[in-house]
Amino acid sequence: MEVTGGWYMALGAVLFSIGAAGLLLRRNALVMFMSIELMLNAVNLSFVAAGNELGSLDGQLAVLFVMVVAAAEVTVGLAIIVMVFRRRATASVDELSGMGG
Amino acid sequence: MTDLIWLVIALPLLGAVGLLFLGRRLGEPAAGWVASATVVVSFLIALVAAIDFFGGGAGAEPQRVMLFEWIPGLGIDFQLLWDPLSALMTLVVTGVGALIHVYSIGYMHGDARFVRFFSYLNLFIMSMLTLVLGDNFAVLFIGWELVGLSSYLLISFWFEKPSAAAAGKKAFVVNRIGDLGFLVALMLIFATFGSLAFGDVFSRAPDLLKHGGTTATAITLLLLLGAAGKSAQLPLYVWLPDAMEGPTPVSALIHAATMVTAGVYMVARTGALFELAPFSAGVVATVGTVTALYAATIAIGQRDIKRILAYSTISQLGYMFLGVGVAAYVAGTFHLMTHSFFKALLFLGAGSVIHAMAGEQGVWKMGGLRKVLPVTYATMAVAWLAISGIPPFSGFWSKDEILAVTFAKGGWYVALWAVGVVTAGLTAFYMSRLIFLTFWGAPRWDEGVEPHESPSVMTRPLLALAALAAVGGLVNMPWTPALEHFMEPAFAGLHQGHLPSGATSWLLGAISVGAAVIGILYGYRRYVAATLPDETGAGWDLLEQGYRVDDLYGATVVLPGKRVAEAMAFQADAKVLDGAVNGVGAAVKEIAARLKPIQSGLVRSYGAAILLGAVGVLLVMLLRGGGL
Repeated sequence: MEVTGGWYMALGAVLFSIGAAGLLLRRNALVMFMSIELMLNAVNLSFVAAGNELGSLDGQLAVLFVMVVAAAEVTVGLAIIVMVFRRRATASVDELSGMGG
Repeated sequence: MTDLIWLVIALPLLGAVGLLFLGRRLGEPAAGWVASATVVVSFLIALVAAIDFFGGGAGAEPQRVMLFEWIPGLGIDFQLLWDPLSALMTLVVTGVGALIHVYSIGYMHGDARFVRFFSYLNLFIMSMLTLVLGDNFAVLFIGWELVGLSSYLLISFWFEKPSAAAAGKKAFVVNRIGDLGFLVALMLIFATFGSLAFGDVFSRAPDLLKHGGTTATAITLLLLLGAAGKSAQLPLYVWLPDAMEGPTPVSALIHAATMVTAGVYMVARTGALFELAPFSAGVVATVGTVTALYAATIAIGQRDIKRILAYSTISQLGYMFLGVGVAAYVAGTFHLMTHSFFKALLFLGAGSVIHAMAGEQGVWKMGGLRKVLPVTYATMAVAWLAISGIPPFSGFWSKDEILAVTFAKGGWYVALWAVGVVTAGLTAFYMSRLIFLTFWGAPRWDEGVEPHESPSVMTRPLLALAALAAVGGLVNMPWTPALEHFMEPAFAGLHQGHLPSGATSWLLGAISVGAAVIGILYGYRRYVAATLPDETGAGWDLLEQGYRVDDLYGATVVLPGKRVAEAMAFQADAKVLDGAVNGVGAAVKEIAARLKPIQSGLVRSYGAAILLGAVGVLLVMLLRGGGL
């Protein structure tokens, strides 16, 4: 059985769906955050797979951008979540309605 | 000097605005003197500028003074016309106006709004001068509306009195009806000629309008409607008697001497158009004659000294309309001039009487004032003889000239002449009634009234006007028609009515004088020679209430109008229009209430929606085989 580009795409889709489901179903902000990371990396996987398939470097280029932005987002996002947790002793998004959301 | 003619308008305007802002510092009576000074200077400027016209020849040609471009898109300039007609009007307005300004300093003494009164008076003079000096219909119309405004402000000057406030409103609303006709006439003129300038319209009228054609008749009849509103002719005269609620100098200046003659001026000015519409000219003459007779009969039954004079004014304006209707433009404006002298004098005299009687205006509560108010009596007696048409006082010459030209026109106009003569007799009678009841006989004063002659600031204008009313008619006697020559350039090219020749002229004059003498003698017999008659029955009440025309108009025009307005306000507006607006609002609210649950505030449900949307888009792409 040969591993073709389609397998990578399928794996990416599965990982993305798991991430999306986690984002929607879990209430803990930290876990939701991890789900987002999972979705981002699923997209990264499909980018490199597609890039390899098409013989283009564009896919890898896009992945680099995603990783840089994700790293920046993680630092800011984690800092916020930690601060919220310290103040409220909870990280459940349903209870965080202080901004009227 | 003609180039400076704009100063004639600018000075009273300056006075009006200046008094409005700085008048309180001047106080009484300085503010009155300042206001009078602006009008006197205007009069002097106009007098100097008018001197050229007396010489005749090239200097007497009409002059046009362009002030500024007003509406370039329509080719309308703010341009003034200085010709004998506007000169005569300017001299009458500023001359009589100045005398009345001075008189008002005495009459308005002690009034809480003394300064504002003079500001309004100056505003009126400025408006009236704009009206008579404008060289196109647009400027004329601006002046026309401005005098309406000043009239409104001055009628309801004592606005604490509900009757004065209502009278001002009535004058304004009735004038609106006439103004609408005037405005439509202006639109028709612009549509026909493409211009509103007098020069363009009158010179091209014979080419562009068919003689007796529909357009010419429509324009002139609409102009007549406007003139009838401003000059209180049938059927729009009802505002003038009520306008007597204003201070007496206002009645003298605006509602007797000047503003109400604007309609006569306008018909005379547009004579070139009326010449092309003989039917309209006939209507003008007939309306004038009927109004003259009608108002004279009402004047007989009035018990208030000012209301007698008000109906008398309407009647005399009818004569002027008759004059301009039979193309006797000079006679019409001549009567306008003499009338402004003797009627202003009558009103100011009445003001002096009212002043002396501590506000009493009913003639039945006067009597015997001849000895107490000698100056007022003497001057009013001159005006009485002038308006009655006794030679050589001014009224005889002008009224008789109108009647003679009417007679000379023949046909239907002989009937109008006959009505005019009867009216002349009635005029002499009701004026005699006023004079006899006020000044003759035994005093019938209320207790505590102690009449006293007015101060000299009031009596001197009376004396000046009395002199004018006495000799003012001599400027245009049939054998020395000086005014006729003076006015020639203004009416050049028009086919004017002519006096009958020779003996007829003398005979007509004799008939008029006969009618006047009969009127006076009957008045003497009724109110002096015998015990005073009882004038209290139902018939007299009907006369006093002016045949209850106000009630008729109230039932036929005002009440239905009110009903329509109420229906519009409380049915159409409240239910239909507001209903539509409220309905839109309610619909939006309802839809919003249905949509509200979607925005739950739960981030996860939004996320789910995004996901479902994304899946949906993907499905569409897949099913349609790639690409959107």
